[in-house]
Amino acid sequence: MNHIAPGARAGIYHYDEIDRRFVGERVEQFRKQVERRLAGELTEEEFKPIRLMNGLYLQLHAYMLRIAVPYGVMSAVQLRKLSEIGRKYDRGYGHFTTRQNLQYNWIKLEDTPAILNELADVDMHALQTSGNCVRNVTTDQFVGAAADEVVDGRVYAEILRQWTTLHPEFTYLPRKFKIAISGASSDRAAVRVHDVGLLARRNEAGEAGFTFYVGGGLGRSPFIGKLVREWVAEEDFVAYLEAILRVYNQYGRRDNIYKARIKILVHELGLDTFRQEVEEEFERLRGPKYRMAPEIVAEIRKHFAPPPFEELAERSDILERAKATDPAFANWVAVNVAEHRAPGYAIATISLKPPGGIPGDATCDQMDLIADLAERHSFGELRVSHVQNIVLAHVKQDELYDLWQQLDAAGLGTANAGLIGDIIACPGLDYCALANARSIPLAQAISARFADPIRQRTIGELGIKISGCINACGHHHIAAIGILGVDKKGTEFYQITVGGDPTLTTAIGDILGPAVTETEAVDAIEAIVEVYLANRTGEDERFVDTLKRVGHAPFKERIYAAD
Amino acid sequence: MPLIEQGRVAEDSWSLIPDGEPVPNDRPAIISFERWQAERASFDGRNAKLGVRLKGGTLAGAVAADLDRFALVAVEFPKFRDGRGFSTARELRERYGYTGEIRAVGHVIPDQYQFLMRTGFTSVEAPEGTNVESWADALTEITVAFQPSLDDTQPLSLLRRRLGAG
Amino acid sequence: MPSQDGSLKAITANRLRDGVVVFLGADAAWVEAFADAALFAAADADAALAAAKAQAEGEQFGVDVYAFDVETENGVPVPVKMRERIRALGPSVRLDLGKQAAA
Repeated sequence: MNHIAPGARAGIYHYDEIDRRFVGERVEQFRKQVERRLAGELTEEEFKPIRLMNGLYLQLHAYMLRIAVPYGVMSAVQLRKLSEIGRKYDRGYGHFTTRQNLQYNWIKLEDTPAILNELADVDMHALQTSGNCVRNVTTDQFVGAAADEVVDGRVYAEILRQWTTLHPEFTYLPRKFKIAISGASSDRAAVRVHDVGLLARRNEAGEAGFTFYVGGGLGRSPFIGKLVREWVAEEDFVAYLEAILRVYNQYGRRDNIYKARIKILVHELGLDTFRQEVEEEFERLRGPKYRMAPEIVAEIRKHFAPPPFEELAERSDILERAKATDPAFANWVAVNVAEHRAPGYAIATISLKPPGGIPGDATCDQMDLIADLAERHSFGELRVSHVQNIVLAHVKQDELYDLWQQLDAAGLGTANAGLIGDIIACPGLDYCALANARSIPLAQAISARFADPIRQRTIGELGIKISGCINACGHHHIAAIGILGVDKKGTEFYQITVGGDPTLTTAIGDILGPAVTETEAVDAIEAIVEVYLANRTGEDERFVDTLKRVGHAPFKERIYAAD
Repeated sequence: MPLIEQGRVAEDSWSLIPDGEPVPNDRPAIISFERWQAERASFDGRNAKLGVRLKGGTLAGAVAADLDRFALVAVEFPKFRDGRGFSTARELRERYGYTGEIRAVGHVIPDQYQFLMRTGFTSVEAPEGTNVESWADALTEITVAFQPSLDDTQPLSLLRRRLGAG
Repeated sequence: MPSQDGSLKAITANRLRDGVVVFLGADAAWVEAFADAALFAAADADAALAAAKAQAEGEQFGVDVYAFDVETENGVPVPVKMRERIRALGPSVRLDLGKQAAA
């Protein structure tokens, strides 16, 4: 699968013979499990957790297969394979998720083993993308490229990917378990709303270590992760996680699915008791068996060696000239391009949120194009962000204009990263068996309403996130403006929250007032934006800051005045 | 109900004695943990082997102090999705140093067999009518593990390693 | 068969091998189009559902078997809830996909 010569590509974890054998065996195991299900040897009740652990859900119209993109990083070759599978076994498109994965919506159970085999050809699988196990570990989409990075989260996310794979003790946990790692000074991975959030840092001696937050999460009862330990040395971090998981597996509630997440355990035990239990386990586990030796870390780190950057000038004249002649491009650069640590390079975000589009969906043609562009412009590597966009992390500034023109021609040149059009939306009732209301049509209507790129930039940083049910896959709790779909006697209504924050200053949004209809919701969002624009002290006062200063009242008055 | 050991059906020398029925003195008997708590003095001086059965919610710590009295600990899985038993077995072995037989009872499926073996179980009471072949297969399907298991004192090494003799 | 008060039920499932949405039709046969679904008076729905479940699960044919409410609009039966409307048609945001595309 080495399309690009090893020396010329960016860091991707490459399977060795043992990894490959494992995935092959796992596919074969699932093929037999499917056979046993079809033969009636396994009941649906028994088969369900098994298929979920292979990423296979049953949704409204068909099976949905969620492919793991470990920590959101993949190669162009892998993306091309995802596109091929989408054409062959699905309906020519895929959906990028808030867990940095990709899912197909129209899969047949009987095709699944063959699909998993094809994935294995490019070192991919669908393991642990669902089920009550440790899920795909997520990290910063700018990892390995960001100017503000302190520790490379990929190294530790890969270690955790391996350590949690078919963990014999922690595959039947009370509920799913999500871990996020951030190794930069800005948190782009929303670590404090995860079951375990790790802040990778360095001490004064330059050694890596981790701050552990536990018990964050959204869903029915949103909680912000609590600080359990300020510093866990690199060599102890697996032991510490093992201790947390063992406490959770033994004491987590199993009588009520809505109270089974670790956040409820931490809440009910109290932080001090929880910490004491964990520390006791940790003291015993701390021996050589679970020690993460520096040699192991170094070995894993080799996979993520920086690509062969050229020595370039800090500033690109080609880029500056292009910006001067093409305002639409200049706007895209201002909005979608972030600072890279290597001089002359940049990080480009490809928005999967065109005005009126379905957030996170990409056609197979688009995937092929992105794969080509990743090979041409970013050492054959790309990332999926948790806000459902694609990132090319290592683009020469000289090549940005060329890149954007090709993206724009394919409908991928939208300049809205982090702006009001960059909406997170779960699949909602259009696809999901759990949903109470549709999410996508509302996202489409809002992004269409705010399509004007100049207007979007004027509004500035403002995240909208939409969930179609209380499970909160659309992260509405932590959005500046969050929208939750609810069902009232068969009609879809939408509840609006404001003031959420996904970064380290994590905040859960407050409900603004009674739920409104879909049409009213679009108008209400526009009204909220207008109130913000009228009240802000200047362009540098973000929506959340204005809201803090003026409170809810002016927003409420405007929206509910007519009632 | 068939007893599975090392992937094969094995002879079961133990019998589970329901609470309230007399416990035979001449052959291995498993009693409930609740009975043990209530009648422990009555088992003083017993020569035949004694086993104890823990309900799903009874964790290893509860029985830890008495482990030298039991040649077998049966750990119950109320539902196969309830994975507490995996931690119970591991705690019995790693934390409390138990070396006797640990038996999985209740609702377990062949697809969990390898996890059971790797967390310290030695035998499984499989459901009636189970396909014995599926249990045998379960031990050989996956030959790679990414974590240290009980019989493996090596450090995490490069994480992945081959299971068994390989 | 439909009762006078208009409270009707139909029965749906997903086919095990491919996940496709199916409805219980006439003579207890499963059909793919909602238009071919059998309608039951509320009083008869429980028995029909139990029989359909036993059959679908016993034969490894279908999963998630359940009954849902149906009303008539202009003489045509339609599911009451959005969830079943979407199951009967396909995603409302992709009219080119699902059963609505085949129609």
